[in-house]
Amino acid sequence: MSSNDKNISTSDSQTGQPRYLKLSGLEPLVITPESNFINVGERTNVAGSKKFLRLVKEGNFEEALDIARHQVEGGAQIIDINMDDGLIDGKEAMVTFLNLIMAEPDIARVPIMIDSSKWEIIEAGLRCVQGKCVVNSISLKEGEEEFINQARLIRRYGAAVIIMAFDEVGQADNYQRRIDIAKRSYDILVNQVKFPPEDIIFDLNIFPVATGMEEHKRNALDFIEATKWVREHLPHCSVSGGVSNVSFSFRGNNAVREAMHSVFLYHAIQAGMNMGIVNPAMLEVYDDIPKDLLEHVEDVILNRKEDATERLLEFAETVIGKEKESKVDLSWREQPLQDRITRALVKGIDQFIEEDVETARQLADKPIEVIEGQLMTGMNVVGDLFGSGKMFLPQVVKSARVMKKAVAYLLPFIEEEKRNNPDSDGGKTAGKILMATVKGDVHDIGKNIVGVVLACNNYEIVDLGVMVPPEIIIQKAKEEQVDIIGLSGLITPSLDEMVFLAKEMERQQFKVPLLIGGATTSKAHTAVKIDTQYSRAVVHVNDASRAVTVVGDLLQKDKAERYKKAIKLDYESFREKFLERSKKKTYIPLEEARKNKLGLAWKSFTPTVPNKLGIQVISDFELGKLQEFIDWTPFFRSWELHGKYPEILTDDIVGTQATELFNDAQAMLKRIIDERLFEARGIFGIFRANSIEDDDIEVVHQDSTKIFRTLRQQLKKRPGAPNMALADFIAPKDSGISDYIGCFCVSTGFGTDELAEQFRKDLDDYNSILIKALADRLAEAFAEYLHREVRLDHWGYASGEDLNNEALIKEEYKGIRPAPGYPACPDHLEKLTIWELLEVKDKIGVKLTDSLAMWPAASVSGYYFAHPESRYFGLGKIKEDQVRDFSKRKGLSYDEAKKWLAPNLSED
Amino acid sequence: MEKLKEILKERILVLDGAMGTMLQRYKFTEEDFRGTRFKDWPSPLKGNNDLLSLTQPKAIAEVHSRYFEAGADIAETNTFSGTTIAMADYGMEELVYELNYESARIAKEVAREFTSKTPEKPRFVAGSMGPTNRTASMSPDVNDPGFRAVSFEELRRAYKEQAEGLLDGGADMLLVETVFDTLNAKAALFAIEEIKSERNIEVPIMISGTITDASGRTLSGQTAEAFLISVSHIPILSIGFNCALGANQLIPHLEVLAAKTNHAISAHPNAGLPNAFGEYDETPEQMALQIKEYLDKKLVNIVGGCCGTNPDHIKAIADLVKEFDPRPIAAENYSA
Repeated sequence: MSSNDKNISTSDSQTGQPRYLKLSGLEPLVITPESNFINVGERTNVAGSKKFLRLVKEGNFEEALDIARHQVEGGAQIIDINMDDGLIDGKEAMVTFLNLIMAEPDIARVPIMIDSSKWEIIEAGLRCVQGKCVVNSISLKEGEEEFINQARLIRRYGAAVIIMAFDEVGQADNYQRRIDIAKRSYDILVNQVKFPPEDIIFDLNIFPVATGMEEHKRNALDFIEATKWVREHLPHCSVSGGVSNVSFSFRGNNAVREAMHSVFLYHAIQAGMNMGIVNPAMLEVYDDIPKDLLEHVEDVILNRKEDATERLLEFAETVIGKEKESKVDLSWREQPLQDRITRALVKGIDQFIEEDVETARQLADKPIEVIEGQLMTGMNVVGDLFGSGKMFLPQVVKSARVMKKAVAYLLPFIEEEKRNNPDSDGGKTAGKILMATVKGDVHDIGKNIVGVVLACNNYEIVDLGVMVPPEIIIQKAKEEQVDIIGLSGLITPSLDEMVFLAKEMERQQFKVPLLIGGATTSKAHTAVKIDTQYSRAVVHVNDASRAVTVVGDLLQKDKAERYKKAIKLDYESFREKFLERSKKKTYIPLEEARKNKLGLAWKSFTPTVPNKLGIQVISDFELGKLQEFIDWTPFFRSWELHGKYPEILTDDIVGTQATELFNDAQAMLKRIIDERLFEARGIFGIFRANSIEDDDIEVVHQDSTKIFRTLRQQLKKRPGAPNMALADFIAPKDSGISDYIGCFCVSTGFGTDELAEQFRKDLDDYNSILIKALADRLAEAFAEYLHREVRLDHWGYASGEDLNNEALIKEEYKGIRPAPGYPACPDHLEKLTIWELLEVKDKIGVKLTDSLAMWPAASVSGYYFAHPESRYFGLGKIKEDQVRDFSKRKGLSYDEAKKWLAPNLSED
Repeated sequence: MEKLKEILKERILVLDGAMGTMLQRYKFTEEDFRGTRFKDWPSPLKGNNDLLSLTQPKAIAEVHSRYFEAGADIAETNTFSGTTIAMADYGMEELVYELNYESARIAKEVAREFTSKTPEKPRFVAGSMGPTNRTASMSPDVNDPGFRAVSFEELRRAYKEQAEGLLDGGADMLLVETVFDTLNAKAALFAIEEIKSERNIEVPIMISGTITDASGRTLSGQTAEAFLISVSHIPILSIGFNCALGANQLIPHLEVLAAKTNHAISAHPNAGLPNAFGEYDETPEQMALQIKEYLDKKLVNIVGGCCGTNPDHIKAIADLVKEFDPRPIAAENYSA
């Protein structure tokens, strides 16, 4: 073979453009000599991730996408996708997954590495991706002809390629074979195929070292030396590899493996390895490797000593030993005071905090200095870690618990200091923030979380609690001279309360920014309805981590004004875009919508006659029975941990935190059940019913009748799709069929507030929030449980049903239980009818507020529909004609009806 | 081919303007579209502009003449929708080869006529290959993001038939244009490469993407640079952008290309953005003024017009470019 340098047809000088490896997803990735090591994400590889394999096998591509997303968010610059597994159809899985990735801009922005040992899978993958991919891999294994064919096609598809050091004889396992195969492959590609040399990446085979076998001793060193040769002799190409192989013989000893990876990379990168597959979690910082371990590992990687393996093995034993010890390790108690306090705050350990704070107090001139000094220093670390995504919400709430305990310990000393020295400075906070759940609303989990997190960041929180009337909010805001007002609400009427408050703030010439949060709030509503009422800054904030940045930006001294202006403009343009977009939808008159209602085949349908008609009350229900019905996923969501239960417990990023939170929740749940801390009560009834005049449902109970008014979709549908209303699921009166409807209310909230308050008094916000979140979950579980009892027994229309909890969560059951205030029936007014019909307040004590929120908050109410075709749907926007019609049917004034239906009323 | 490359180094070439805008002026009726040959065709044919190459060849030749008269160096064939995929709307898949062949033949004939009149300004024909009406990397169904209405293979086959017709009919180069989904374009490039290797010929290829809005990305989500990287794997004559935006709005994207490639760069923008009635009302003078900025900044080697442009626009552009040097390009791009 002649020297290839002469054979390269072009050099940099001819094109003027340097020959860099350029890849693309939605965005470019150009790899230059100055680029840092390119990290290829490999969690989307069925061979590398058991979880990914399981998800693909189950066809759960949605979660498989989450893995890809995590990789990209975690810094992977290319994602490797491999579907080679005996039990899956690799080609189909590759195509499906790639097509789905292309629809996710946050994943598709990076280039894809299509990884397979089967050419047909590679080719199928190349046909799905618009960007410039990397094929992983081809080699001379099957001879030159096939190698050339595949390379030609890869070029034609517009991809770069990884060449394995493999030929007809086998895998290259020493220095000479590695460079021989690399050179032969390179010459064929560049000279015969005219493959651009910068699009060639060599995988020179990373094999394990320290296996005890003599012939493996040089594995790492040969790779490193071959890398150096390739980069020096084969211009423009790259070198890659899978790093974790090198430490294979130390599985189970992560400390040693991490050190081996770092040492290997350190030397391989110096030799010219510029990309590869590395698990960032399995990497120690080279400089942080203890000297003795470093020396042993380098001896092995670089094969510096005859008995290097034996020595590392021996040494590794001691490293394992240290790891075990550290679990009960209290050596941090030996560290300096500030480090101890910071650690206690970061780790949420309250065991020693009073002791440490006392030490600090004795050293300080004034007790307040401990808060402003050591404690704030620690909390700043917490804030930074949270802000950069290295700590999660439950941890921060625990940090707050430690902080509160520390402050509580110091308070008496501060009071005393004040008495002795009245002129002293009482300590400055970063700002004062009023928080309140608006009138008529009782939900406060989110508000409390935001309050705790802001308090952690040195803001003083004036929390007015729940159901706070607007005049109180205004009055307190003035009295306390707060810097920001934050409003929260979960049910739709709260949106109007917020609008009202914004108007009121404008009228009274307030200047402070207004923050809006809570489950029904949205940036759209804030921009369209609230921002327009108040000329100062209005910001929609829906999670705690964002609250910190937003409040920080709003209160910073020099830039706040600019930020406020930017926010105002942002909302204005958002509003314009939103209105423009929503105008494009077409609505049809109510009459027309009614003509297009869902016509069920009533003639061929016989409703199941309920086993028991009338009302039944369940008092003091056994909470333990609900445990298996709990849907945990929303529980984690309320703590801003996103992912599906149970997979979230083993999630790469939030898994540890989720598990810890879950264990705390389980322990608390056990206490709640064992000590009967909550009382669960329920009521439900099944009645004769027929739909009348299209949209109403007439319900007969004993001798009286009640009427539920339902709302009908008015968005213009494509031909064949109906404009639905819940009434469509009940047989019309004129069909002559007797049909039935049920309704219910359950609550597990009795006792919650008292318990939560008790925790709060004990300065334990963590458990105070936990208990409310659990109460909510139990109420939902109760509703699920009761719905099943009704389907199987009381009504009995689905008596053969056999569904596990997962199937229940996925709503695989027959019939539905929509709740007033939710998408199918967003109007809360019908709750009043349910309350009258079932006598909910008298029988079980669940009350309705002015805004028709239920108290206790952990309550669920709704209807039961049994028709097998009944299904959940969203009402969407409705038009003024329906509001008028509804107001007549309800016997309300138009304005009153409009007020209740406002969130669903179309704008134009 | 070699001549074309030589000329590109010396001066800025002018591409023609819109075909559709010109054809509208003829106010052809359904009967005109059908001609005698398709009198009894089962589906309505009005609006199938590509078909006019068969039923109204004189009008097509006339439009090409008008643009050459105005100073265009390159005419685009009347084949924007000439693939089996786009022609499926009319049930005319069988006619695709003929449509492309005839369109290229007509354009080439007019080009020859002008070249013989002014040999110092040879005229060329670019076979226009549009994006089709389907996308290979996006789902038309928001509820099913993994679904695809067309596959790479279907596109490759369709483009191959089109390209064969265009080359056989006499096209001097192929223009893969209005690329809103890079994967569609890659299928076209794949098909062209196949033909090149089967026939052992070289074909100059122009690629022109479309940045759809202010986001600065193609419809399929790529940035200008990512688009460039994704189509740079085969030898090309030029890369650029057309359609969707007016001349002004294309500048930042052309600047990205200019900084990142040594290929020739093309631009054929619309006559501004459509007004409230969906019409393009930018005058030739207004458009030329904006194109002048391309020239001042040395951003382009080939420039013309897309939607809403007519021979007056092209004349204004042709008169303008004479005064300017082209953007310097690499002596030789490596080729297969």
